[in-house]
Amino acid sequence: MIKIENVSKSFIDKKSAVHALHDVSLEVGKGQIYGVVGKSGAGKSTLIRCVNRLEVPDQGRIWVDGEEITALDADSLRKARQKIGMIFQQFNLLGQRTSSENIAYPLEIAGIPKPERDARVKELLNLVGLENKADAYPAQLSGGQKQRVGIARALANHPKVLLSDEATSALDPATTDSILELLADLNRKLGLTILLITHQMEVVKKVCDHVAILENGYLVESGSILELIGDPLSHLSKAFFPPIQEELLDPLATQAAITFLGKAADEPILASMMRKFEVEVNFLGGNIQQIGKYRVGQLQVEFKGPETKEALTYLEDKGLRVEVRK
Amino acid sequence: MNLGEWLPRLWEESLTTIYMVGISTLFTVILGLPLGVLLTLSDENGLTPRPVLNRILSFIVNLARSLPFIILLVVLIPFTRKLVGTSIGPTATIVPLTIAAVPFFARVVESTLREVPRGLIEAAQSMGSSVWQTVSKVLVPESLPGLILGIALTLISLVGYSAMAGAVGGGGLGDLAIRYGYQRYETEVMFVTVILLLVLVQGVQLLGDRLAAKISKK
Repeated sequence: MIKIENVSKSFIDKKSAVHALHDVSLEVGKGQIYGVVGKSGAGKSTLIRCVNRLEVPDQGRIWVDGEEITALDADSLRKARQKIGMIFQQFNLLGQRTSSENIAYPLEIAGIPKPERDARVKELLNLVGLENKADAYPAQLSGGQKQRVGIARALANHPKVLLSDEATSALDPATTDSILELLADLNRKLGLTILLITHQMEVVKKVCDHVAILENGYLVESGSILELIGDPLSHLSKAFFPPIQEELLDPLATQAAITFLGKAADEPILASMMRKFEVEVNFLGGNIQQIGKYRVGQLQVEFKGPETKEALTYLEDKGLRVEVRK
Repeated sequence: MNLGEWLPRLWEESLTTIYMVGISTLFTVILGLPLGVLLTLSDENGLTPRPVLNRILSFIVNLARSLPFIILLVVLIPFTRKLVGTSIGPTATIVPLTIAAVPFFARVVESTLREVPRGLIEAAQSMGSSVWQTVSKVLVPESLPGLILGIALTLISLVGYSAMAGAVGGGGLGDLAIRYGYQRYETEVMFVTVILLLVLVQGVQLLGDRLAAKISKK
């Protein structure tokens, strides 16, 4: 649905040049919720703004729904943008317009006649749960309500793609959750493809099924959350399950990170391993997290004993990801 | 001299001032708003940067603003005569008043439009708005309260200018004050005229403030 190919972008100012993006490529499939994470300054905002050409890439090409955004003339770009919704950290609602009028804005731009516009606005207010705030001005709304208006506005012209530029970063945790739930809900109900950028791992954990990690303008990792989290060496896995510090480790033992995904998390595999093999197991740490639809657990374990190797092989055969650290 | 005899005259000249200032303001808004929008759009950080056009417009605006009004009044006499057939009287005064106020108002418009947050303009762009739609549906409506205050400010400046125009036969309260109050030493007339001008200015400011506050939804 969104294809980004070898995109680079620099900002040149009088004193210095900032390379915001280096040869970034990624592909967002239809119906995915794709999260791009990174620290501030990593280039994620630039990346998402390239997708609807608020920022023009220096190099590379971008397609949205089969249309090459980077090749469009000004007129076609405006048409294409009407089908790409976008929501913002600061909501960016028109202060002189009510919720309804804000939501009607993109419909006016698209030249939809007034009666249809009114009907659609009503539908959208219902969709985001703001039926009773139709005539309120943004100044009278809470942050979460403002973002709901922003989402309704972004969806007005039935876009297939929604771009979310740090949409929850200005909200408190409870409101963040409710907005993320709304996004996940829209993704299910409408088959909406969502590309979101965030600096909060929590956001990725709650709604994303795919993730890309940007560092200093480089894409260091991308793929499905399930795959990345199952790989104890991935940045994502390390972010959720920080490795144990070296000085705590027994130099004579074998250290391993064992990752449980889905079903494997529910079976007593470790217990049966300990019965079967002559091995001493020492747990260093571990936790289980709900990441999107998946339950993922990771244990940091020390093994000692003559049958350590066999025991590890057994775990792998049972479908666990085992990463031996030493 | 009895002030009662002056009242009809004062009334008439007040109306003349309101007429001159009102019509000039109308023309100023009609001409100055687009000029201010053009200055904003063509700025290097604007929606459609046109550095050369921006510098030319800016130069003309600065030039017009640096001329003292009394000089502008005189310089414009041939032009005014061509445009309205005469260079004397209230209607003729509208020409220099408008020309003096347009660049002023254009700058007011420019600084007001610049206060519209960048994010709003980007949101409008992200929804596929054309430049015209962004101006007419975002920039201008969002800065309407500020623009109203700007119009009040312009009106007040024009009241001052119109009093000056009175000195060269423009008519209105300023004319009255100078001819009778100053040249004939009728101090009461001068006094009453000043009061009337004060009331006019205060009234315009109050009305502008009220209207802007009513319109602002922020």
